[in-house]
Order: sequence, then structure tokens, then C-alpha cells
Amino acid sequence: MADPMKIRAQMKGDIAEIRVLMSHPMETGQRKDSNGKIIPAHHITSITVDVGGKRIIQGQTGPAVSRNPVFGFKVKGPKAGDKVVIHWEDNKGDKRTDEATIS
Amino acid sequence: MDALRRTLLKGAGATGAIAAAIAAGVLKPSQVLAAEYNRTAFEAKDVAGALKGVGAGSTTESKDIVIRAPDIAENGAVVPVDVVSNIPNTISLAVLVDKNPSPLTSAFDFANGALPEMALRVKMGQTSLVEAIAKTADGKYYIAKKEVKVTVGGCGG
Repeated sequence: MADPMKIRAQMKGDIAEIRVLMSHPMETGQRKDSNGKIIPAHHITSITVDVGGKRIIQGQTGPAVSRNPVFGFKVKGPKAGDKVVIHWEDNKGDKRTDEATIS
Repeated sequence: MDALRRTLLKGAGATGAIAAAIAAGVLKPSQVLAAEYNRTAFEAKDVAGALKGVGAGSTTESKDIVIRAPDIAENGAVVPVDVVSNIPNTISLAVLVDKNPSPLTSAFDFANGALPEMALRVKMGQTSLVEAIAKTADGKYYIAKKEVKVTVGGCGG
């Protein structure tokens, strides 16, 4: 199981700014180890973001997203206190869900 | 034998149920497809292939997509990219790095009040154009490009 995500969600006017840091190696499958063996690809493939029980963002990512991915999103309409739930899955079937509250 | 037959029947039943749900408009095909990783697009070796993979046949250049990225990135492993679409009814955004082994980095769909903008960090193997594709609700695709110079690549070992 991967380390927990760090999620920050803050209201700025009527827009909530959400930033998330995921802990993941994001191996491309193109690097070689010291013995010249290819390190197999291991990266996040899908991400969803729910705010206040509604799916606001869903997306897919490839290996070209940097290690320990950081994403920033904005959503109009939620209130402070609404719950933000973020979920990811990787190409090896590992997954993680974390949540935070909009402040 | 019997067990296998039951499994097959069950499988057919499940597919039928999904088809029925699509027909009834409960599930939109895009939502069903979205659950599956778009391997074709992400493994495409050039921009044209990646665009085809995400379904963008033709794209129109637009100044209404703003790409914020450094002019010169010292470390290609971590290049911050910020994309904002000012095109009305933008429902999806994708970010590509032209000269990466596989250009497509990520693609996101926005709904329920999410603003069509995103910030992320990408790897860049060498100096390249960074491209952002915006899809609007009527199925049109728009593109914007920005060159980022890379001093140390981020894809090698």
C-alpha cells in the first residue's frame, strides 16, 4: 500500500482550490538499473476527484507525469466543510483513496 | 461442464445488463469506457497517434488555451505545467510533450462545477513543445503549444 496522499482544499471566494500530492514512483519502463535490466513500468493510470459526493474530475495519467505527482484543480460551488475524496489506481492494480475537508 | 456453462451464462447476462443500462441512458458509453486505461493513446509514439487515441481527429489552434510553463526547465524530471482553457464549455483537457517517447502525459474530464484548468508536473526528455488539447461539449478539439527548453532530461537513467 502506498503512502497517504496529502490533500489541501481551500475556499477562495466561491471557488475551491484543491491540491494533491500522491506518493508514487511513476516508473516509465524505460529506465535501466545498474545491471542494465529495464525497470518495469509502474505508474498511476487513473484518478478521480469527488467533492461533496459529486464526481468533478476523472482522468488518466501515463508514465510521463513526474514522480510523486502533484495536481491542482479548481471547482466552483462547494462550501467549506464539504468533503473531497481522491482516488488513484496504478498499472499494477495498487490503489488508494484519501479524503480531506474544504477549509 | 455445468459450472462452466453457468459462468458463460452469467457473463452474457452481465454484458446484457450493461448494454441495457446504456440503452436506458443510465450509463453513458464514455463513462463505461473511461474506466478502462486508454493504452492506445498513452503508448502512441507521436503526437498524431496520441491525438487519434483520444479521439481528436482534427484540432484548431486557439489562443484561449493558456499554458503556463517555464521557458527553460533546469530539471526535465519535474517540469511544472499549468493549463487553463478559456474556451466556453470545455469538458476535457490533455497535456502532451511533443518529443517524449510517448507524448501524452495525462487527460482529465471536468464536470459538476470543476473549472477547465489543471496544474501538474511532467517529465521531459529534451527541449520540446508542450501542447494542451481542450475538448468542448460539442466534440470539437482545440490546441495550444509552448516551447520549453530542457537543460537536463528527465527520462533517462
